[in-house]
Amino acid sequence: MAYEELYKKLDMDIEKHNQLMEILGQVYQELFLSRKNRPEGMNYFDGVIAEIHGKRIEELFALKEQGRALVGTFCIFVPEEIVVAAKGACYGLCGGAQFSIPEAEAHLPRNICPLIKSAYGFKLQRTCPYTQLADVIYGETTCEAKKKTWELLSQLHRVHVMHIPHKKETLERELWRKEIERFKVEIEELAGNTISFENLKEGIETVNAKRNAMKRLYDLRCKDGVVSIAGLDALLVNQISFYDDPVRFAQQVNQLCDELEERIEKGISVFPEDVPKILVSGTPMAPPNWKLHSIIEQSGAAVVAEEACIGARYFRDNVDVSGCETVEDLIDALLERYLKIDCACFTPNDERVENVIKMCREKRVDGVVYYTLSFCHTYNVESKKVMDRLKEEGIPVLRIETDYSMEDVEQIRTRVEAFIETLR
Amino acid sequence: MERIKAIGIDAGSTAIKVVGINEKGNIVFYKVEPTSFQMKPQLEKIIEELPKDVPIGATGYGGDLISNATITASEIRCHSKGAHLFLKGPGTVIDIGGQDSKVIVIDQEGEVIDFTMNDKCAAGTGRFLETTAWRLKTPVEEMARFAEKADREVQVSSVCAVFAESEVISMVAKGEPMEAVIKGLHRALAKRVASLAQSLNIIPPILLSGGVAQNPVIKSMLEEELKEKIIVPPYPQLMGALGAAIISMESKTKVTNR
Repeated sequence: MAYEELYKKLDMDIEKHNQLMEILGQVYQELFLSRKNRPEGMNYFDGVIAEIHGKRIEELFALKEQGRALVGTFCIFVPEEIVVAAKGACYGLCGGAQFSIPEAEAHLPRNICPLIKSAYGFKLQRTCPYTQLADVIYGETTCEAKKKTWELLSQLHRVHVMHIPHKKETLERELWRKEIERFKVEIEELAGNTISFENLKEGIETVNAKRNAMKRLYDLRCKDGVVSIAGLDALLVNQISFYDDPVRFAQQVNQLCDELEERIEKGISVFPEDVPKILVSGTPMAPPNWKLHSIIEQSGAAVVAEEACIGARYFRDNVDVSGCETVEDLIDALLERYLKIDCACFTPNDERVENVIKMCREKRVDGVVYYTLSFCHTYNVESKKVMDRLKEEGIPVLRIETDYSMEDVEQIRTRVEAFIETLR
Repeated sequence: MERIKAIGIDAGSTAIKVVGINEKGNIVFYKVEPTSFQMKPQLEKIIEELPKDVPIGATGYGGDLISNATITASEIRCHSKGAHLFLKGPGTVIDIGGQDSKVIVIDQEGEVIDFTMNDKCAAGTGRFLETTAWRLKTPVEEMARFAEKADREVQVSSVCAVFAESEVISMVAKGEPMEAVIKGLHRALAKRVASLAQSLNIIPPILLSGGVAQNPVIKSMLEEELKEKIIVPPYPQLMGALGAAIISMESKTKVTNR
């Protein structure tokens, strides 16, 4: 128990946390480490997972001791560039496991999305070191259940809520600009210094570089008919992007991409040549939610892209800093970039539908699995529009609604297998 | 017994169904037994008693446990292939099993065009009738006979198997005749399955399979709800196994789809 002292400092429930890590270790062995023909570059990411509640927590704790700001989030709307500019760390919080849901359901209704219940449960359980470390948790207003859960969470931890608009007109742009400015002031207060133009530009460039690396992975994971890396592994890299140090992470992703380029050249594929290629579209999969990808890939298809917040929506657009001369210019650039996010919380949100089609063409997929977490009303309702448009384009689509529990794995497998058969 | 050309095994979560077919795809042998906790030894024992040197097609939750299967295929595809033998062309399969319901639209060759299944709950499945039958202390096979005797039907609003149970009890307590309540239960199930079917662009003719297809009241209510004539094949609960047998006969080489 190498990190027990640290966990004590973070007021964690060590026994419960041990149970969690034991389950995680077993699942990871089965779904990742036991698979053959994985790129060597995945070793680094396997190491990150092995130390996800270890070395990385030590690093963050060291930052905390230097007085740096540690910000936990649940949404890609929180402008991490500002935290990076203040030399702090911005990371995603645990919210992808069934493990913490039973506790959460003592406070929260059963019929809200599992991501919220899981995240809230981790705070109740004191089993997520990232949550325990956070100076402040930034919630947002992307859905009703989140919005109201923050009120409860704030009784247990310091929480700030960003007001995410639900339309993209003049008023909302103004609102969102004010929110970014307010966020900057709050981070400056936490960090104890002001963010200069140079700091902010550097922060933006760091995150841009990370997004570029991830975009490169998106291009290379399936290219010229070669699936150079399993969808599960690519998903894992996308998930880790929310936890790791951004500079080191970008380096490692680029290194992995160099290897994938070689694989493509040599025609080394992790699947047979004629493998059906799938785009997964919908709600984000926070680690350790590997359920759908593993079912799809065990059923003989390859996931070649994720149209989701943990996926393309996160790295598709960069912040354009060209011509920026003042902090205000940079904030405008952030505003422009963040308003390109096509989250289902917006109405209307037709650009998302078109982005799904665009991705299908880019990755030449054979079919789409539309994934929605139970009770995620925005993505759930929007599935009709997306699916209608896919059918118009002649792209087969299967809709799967599920949560984090394992009870429906076989039912989902039945559907996925049949869907894949129709693609052959 | 006529010579068996191929065998199909549908190792489901509630029952294991085995069929042997002749060259024409007619069922010349079948066997149905409830699934035990120890599925693997149970399957091994079943296979031991079957003729050797014929192809075996496997499907169902336990399909992967059949180590000497020549081919494994998904349940949906097997149901389509089995039903195609009776539909003889494009059409729709509605399968109401013990734990799930499926609607499959198939093409000229019996291949899947589109399909849908019930969500992860017992609404719209055979289990809905089973649990309520148990509550009413009536054997499930007798349920249709009671419904047929009813001169009216009570509206059962719940599609949830668990909530319907309590709804039924309160109705009977209020003095509603049991026949009318049972007929209402049939209607609730038929409506649920019909709405599942209507979520797809279904093509007539419609074939009803699964254990519940043996219930004539469900069949006629589905005809009313969908305004289409419905065919019930002989041995409706064997469509998956039959399809698996046909697929194994058609595939000359050993392939595994999963």
